[in-house]
Amino acid sequence: MNLKFKNKKISGILSILPEKEIRFEDELDSYNFSRSQSMKLKLIMGYDKRRVVLEGTTPSDLCVFGLNYLFDNGHLAKDDIDALVMINQVPDHFMPATTQVIQGKLGLKHDLYCVDIPQACAGYPMGLNQAFMLLEQEEINKVVVLNAELLSLKVSPSDRGSRPLTGDAAAITIVENDPEGGPIYGTVNFDGSRADTLIIPAGGAKIPSNEKTAEMTTDRNGNSRALNHMVMKGDAVFNFVLNEVPEMIETLLTYAGSTKEEVDYFMCHQPNRFVLKKLADKLKVPYEKMPYNIVELFGNSCSPTLAVNLTHNLSEKLVNDSLLVCLAGFGAGLSWTSLLMKMGNLDFCETINYN
Amino acid sequence: MKEKIIEFLTEIRPEFDFAESNNFIEEGMLDSFDIVTLVTLLDEEYKVSIDGVDILPENFSNIDAICQLLIKNGVQS
Repeated sequence: MNLKFKNKKISGILSILPEKEIRFEDELDSYNFSRSQSMKLKLIMGYDKRRVVLEGTTPSDLCVFGLNYLFDNGHLAKDDIDALVMINQVPDHFMPATTQVIQGKLGLKHDLYCVDIPQACAGYPMGLNQAFMLLEQEEINKVVVLNAELLSLKVSPSDRGSRPLTGDAAAITIVENDPEGGPIYGTVNFDGSRADTLIIPAGGAKIPSNEKTAEMTTDRNGNSRALNHMVMKGDAVFNFVLNEVPEMIETLLTYAGSTKEEVDYFMCHQPNRFVLKKLADKLKVPYEKMPYNIVELFGNSCSPTLAVNLTHNLSEKLVNDSLLVCLAGFGAGLSWTSLLMKMGNLDFCETINYN
Repeated sequence: MKEKIIEFLTEIRPEFDFAESNNFIEEGMLDSFDIVTLVTLLDEEYKVSIDGVDILPENFSNIDAICQLLIKNGVQS
């Protein structure tokens, strides 16, 4: 489905990274790799450093920390927030919604629109879409989009396919009306028939968590995990990304009447270095226009990782210049989403550490 | 080309004799990480980028399949 919005803008982006950093070399004993294979995969996949939360930290903790940083630095006023949109798969609790936990912790006003959307790696454009739609309401002038994910809590310590890449993070994106804002084009795509490609089998109504769902089993590739852990069918995910994402971006550009050459940056979700380089090759986009360094520096944090990509790689440009940017997210669902929009002259575009 | 492929495969998984097998996947000689590593080595050796949509287990089941994959992606046989 194609989407089009007018008179909207992003006015600031903040990424919040947990301060605990884990290095791939320090975890080698957990994985069933030889040392030489590990070193090859480090280069190919981008296994290196990742940020994870300490036990007990929640998505709302990261968001509240970031929002207080914005309040304290004059980037945002509490009473100006008309809506909170949260994209998240591992919430503070099943009940109540994490946006309302945040509302309560910060003492935000009661006439606040709160909505939590359980989307994963395609979630950054999804959150922005929701914000753009909410801004059509007369009483909503400023939407705070929160992306917060602690997927490290759901990945087996012995899953060599997922664990070395998985990080935690949160991001806050401020979205507002802008009478001079140009058109924003988007696409959203979903395929629930492939829901088991990326799944946490147990913990919900289908398979409630119990002692049995915590039992570890080892697959033919030497990965050990329980039903409580995330399972990723690596081959299927890889082929999904390389089949669907280039087509989605071509569709988006056609819909917008733009060309790849006109786009300053293709800012994608960051699954791993290998997939992103193949994606750039397939699209015939130079690597400089499609950064792929976030996994190796911070880990793949699911939906926040696209914001981390923006704040880490384009911070200065997005504050001082105006860029035509293509955003692309893709992951569990399966879901794949994109936006093409002018971004720039932001009030802030920063990465901070949670502590 | 075949010798180079066997050389790379042996570098990745020295415990197996790739010249003697006709189905590396079914016999558990290559997993998805090995395929990714092999693709990277082949890309660098032949100065191509093997199309991501072709990175399927069946295209890495034996030496002939890998040769065909390289030819499809622009490598001269």
